[in-house]
Amino acid sequence: MSVKRRKFLDYILSLGFTGLVGSIIYPALSYLKPPKQAEAAVNSVKAGKVNEIPVNSGKIVRFGRKPVILIRTSTDEFIAFTATCTHLGCIVQYREDKQQIWCACHNGLFDLKGRNISGPPPRPLDPFLVQIIDDEIIIAKPKRMS
Amino acid sequence: MKIDKKIVISIFIFFSLIFVSEIFAGDSPAEDFQTDECYKCHLENDALPKDFNKEDIHLKSGLTCAGCHGGDATKDDMDEAMDPKAGFIGKPTHEQIPSFCGKCHSHIQYMRKYRPRIPTDQEEQYYTSQHGMLLKKGDQKVAVCSSCHTSHSIFEVKDSRSSVYPLNVPETCNRCHGDKEYMKNYKIPVDQYKKYAKSVHGIALLKKQDTGAPACNDCHGNHGAMPPGISSTSFVCGECHVNNLNYFNESAMGKAFSENELHGCQECHGSHEIEKPTDEMTGVGEESVCLNCHDEGDDGYIAAKKIYEELKSSVALHDSAKIQLDVVKRIGMDDIDIGYKLQKAEQSIIKARTLVHTFDPEKVAKETNLSLKNSKEALELAQKEIKDAQIRRRGLGVATFFILLLIIAVYFKIRNIEAKGKN
Amino acid sequence: MDKIKNNKIFQWLHERYNLEPILEFVEHKQVPMHKHSIWYYTGGITLFLFIIQVCTGILLLFYYQPGVDSSYESVRFLMTKVNFGWLIRSIHSWSANLMVFFAFIHMFSVFFSEAFKKPRELTWVSGFLMLLLAMGFGFSGYLLPWNELAFFATKVGTDIVGDVPVVGELIKQLLRGGPDVTGSTIYRFYAIHVSILPLIFLVVLGLHLLFIQRQGMHEPEFYESLPPEEKHSIPFFPNFFLRDLLFWLLILDVLLFLAVFFPWELGIKADLFSSAPAGIRPEWYFMFMFQSLKMIPAKVLGIEGEILGIVFFGILGLLWLTVPFWETVIAGKKRPWLMKVIGLLAIIYMIALTIIGYLV
Repeated sequence: MSVKRRKFLDYILSLGFTGLVGSIIYPALSYLKPPKQAEAAVNSVKAGKVNEIPVNSGKIVRFGRKPVILIRTSTDEFIAFTATCTHLGCIVQYREDKQQIWCACHNGLFDLKGRNISGPPPRPLDPFLVQIIDDEIIIAKPKRMS
Repeated sequence: MKIDKKIVISIFIFFSLIFVSEIFAGDSPAEDFQTDECYKCHLENDALPKDFNKEDIHLKSGLTCAGCHGGDATKDDMDEAMDPKAGFIGKPTHEQIPSFCGKCHSHIQYMRKYRPRIPTDQEEQYYTSQHGMLLKKGDQKVAVCSSCHTSHSIFEVKDSRSSVYPLNVPETCNRCHGDKEYMKNYKIPVDQYKKYAKSVHGIALLKKQDTGAPACNDCHGNHGAMPPGISSTSFVCGECHVNNLNYFNESAMGKAFSENELHGCQECHGSHEIEKPTDEMTGVGEESVCLNCHDEGDDGYIAAKKIYEELKSSVALHDSAKIQLDVVKRIGMDDIDIGYKLQKAEQSIIKARTLVHTFDPEKVAKETNLSLKNSKEALELAQKEIKDAQIRRRGLGVATFFILLLIIAVYFKIRNIEAKGKN
Repeated sequence: MDKIKNNKIFQWLHERYNLEPILEFVEHKQVPMHKHSIWYYTGGITLFLFIIQVCTGILLLFYYQPGVDSSYESVRFLMTKVNFGWLIRSIHSWSANLMVFFAFIHMFSVFFSEAFKKPRELTWVSGFLMLLLAMGFGFSGYLLPWNELAFFATKVGTDIVGDVPVVGELIKQLLRGGPDVTGSTIYRFYAIHVSILPLIFLVVLGLHLLFIQRQGMHEPEFYESLPPEEKHSIPFFPNFFLRDLLFWLLILDVLLFLAVFFPWELGIKADLFSSAPAGIRPEWYFMFMFQSLKMIPAKVLGIEGEILGIVFFGILGLLWLTVPFWETVIAGKKRPWLMKVIGLLAIIYMIALTIIGYLV
């Protein structure tokens, strides 16, 4: 075997090895690169800054795969409920005029405690916890007793 | 006069003491009736009422037999205990029962002691009901308080053991209303329960145990139970189905219905047998309810056909997007945005179905178009995710290239080394 | 070798730690070559897959959050939002299965070549212990994504554990963290999967490898009896090492292919209150036991069938673990064919029951 051929073989070996290391390191490093959304939204979710929501208004916030309605009441309190209507699962909205939570599908109404007060909804909306830390609104799942 | 006052005061103190001691007795007034002479004697002689229940709310609140039936529970002599002079009433007759219960339940001052929030108009309401009116006319078969509440197994409405707990109401009403023999003379159907149980409300209440679903009393009233009149059926339904009623009343159909004295909701949906409405109830197919009045070619026929087509197409697209969503979910690709889009699409379909009650194809189309748009976007997103899952394979090419290169190189290296070794 | 000896870093280390013995060992380790040499690679492949498991497992730990909601959601997050997260998870799952598969092959190759015989009894014992640990890894890891299939498989699996006489109920409760499979089960399985089992496994693996290096490769009987001039062997380094590498690369390629073309699915999120879906089955390497337990009649001689089955498998496992110790008694030189028959029966039984399990 000629020296030239051996050199070529060694060259291929190191090329293949480098390539392999590269194709392992690259996915591994990009795996470790923090994704845009820092973690799976399971227990809490950031809902924006306090000044982004005017008094007496509501906003739908995505909580993982479930929508949550965040309301800043006319008395300047922050409250949140699951936004899925208990009747047929439409997404509810905040009605500034009534100061109540309203489901457009069948005109269901909930009060600001989440209780179903009119229309077809059979059950109240589940409440969520709202915390404000450094002007940031954080919605959290209520701690369930287990 | 002076003596009288003293007696009144001492009696007052005596009863107050009893009352206080009852409060402090706490949860176990049940112990008290064990010493009650009525109970003791009736127990020994096996003469307790058939439905006697120690957990009965009245017994629990300290009202023993004598509390309702009168008499003196402290005497072990039967004649003395059950002496009418001691206030003994005994078993009330059928027509006496409303006032028998009403002697306490119609008195707010008395009831306040036990349940400050309890209404006291049940007796009054009762006499306005069909049951009450017939009772006044001397009908001995109509329901009185005990027919629904039982006599000696009375529980609070929210207690699941109660005969009037929402889940138990249909069964309770059915005890009489489903009895063909019993209802023979009234000339009303006896299949309401059967129909109800199959209805959307019945399934929700009886099968899914959803106490939010209406039982008999939610439409007919409790103590003032009556079949709703023609003008009131829609209002009864509209109490929950607000939008449907509003749309209906505002539509041209609504006016035509009231002019022709037709029941609003009931004409299409029925009363006790209200099934989950299908899209096929619109349109011009076999299940169409529109064709009950409309004929081929008229405006209603065309509108019905159009509405059905709108609904059908948006449902079809939604469903096919849903299948793709499930695939995306299962293979573990990003499904959240697709889910939200589909929820919007579904919501529009629900709104469109409500808007059917405007009988205006254009209003329905507004929502169905929105649904179509969202379903289409969801479908595209889903297909993109599925495709992306396949595209990932391309990256493998690069890795495989290097691995194969290395494999070949290592193979030759081995040959190389071993050839050298032999030399 | 000379190249390495001239390496500056090597010299630096050698000056301080005297690497001569290691060098000596590496230089003189020989691997016999014969028609059954191919089986020598199966252990190395299993080891390689285990290394992959450790690496990908550590990577998964960066994003996994145990918990009723978070388990599934964090795995979903990992698969959808994290770069190559799907690949890492898919490799971890596939590699786990391949590892158990090759461990089985390795075990049976050792069994049939009777490499477990004196003086390698403890190598066998540690090897079989590792197979059991690997199955434990599989069982505990299966639940962690908290999908429907895993949830019910765990329910069934721990139920079976509960039938073990005397201690079963206690172990079941300890595993589940309560009477039922709930969120607390996830934490327990998580702790078992990422800390308890790896620690034990590493110790046993270390011993296993140590034994092998101390005793050298096993030479099958036919090879041992050859005259010395016909014995052919190759140096472990670099010849055998490079061949090992060749197989590892092949396996890596297969693994990547499987992970990419048959990505491990996420499944449907488990719901504590839903009823069991059809087709609940354990992972394939539990199938023969699962199927056997299913086929045993409910009552055998007044004893509950399932308990009988569990005791039966317990005894079998114990027998299998102690093969090197009783083999000489019943087989040995008198009946050399007996162990082959036993091994064959075991394989046929396992394969047949597995097939039945998947068909029915």
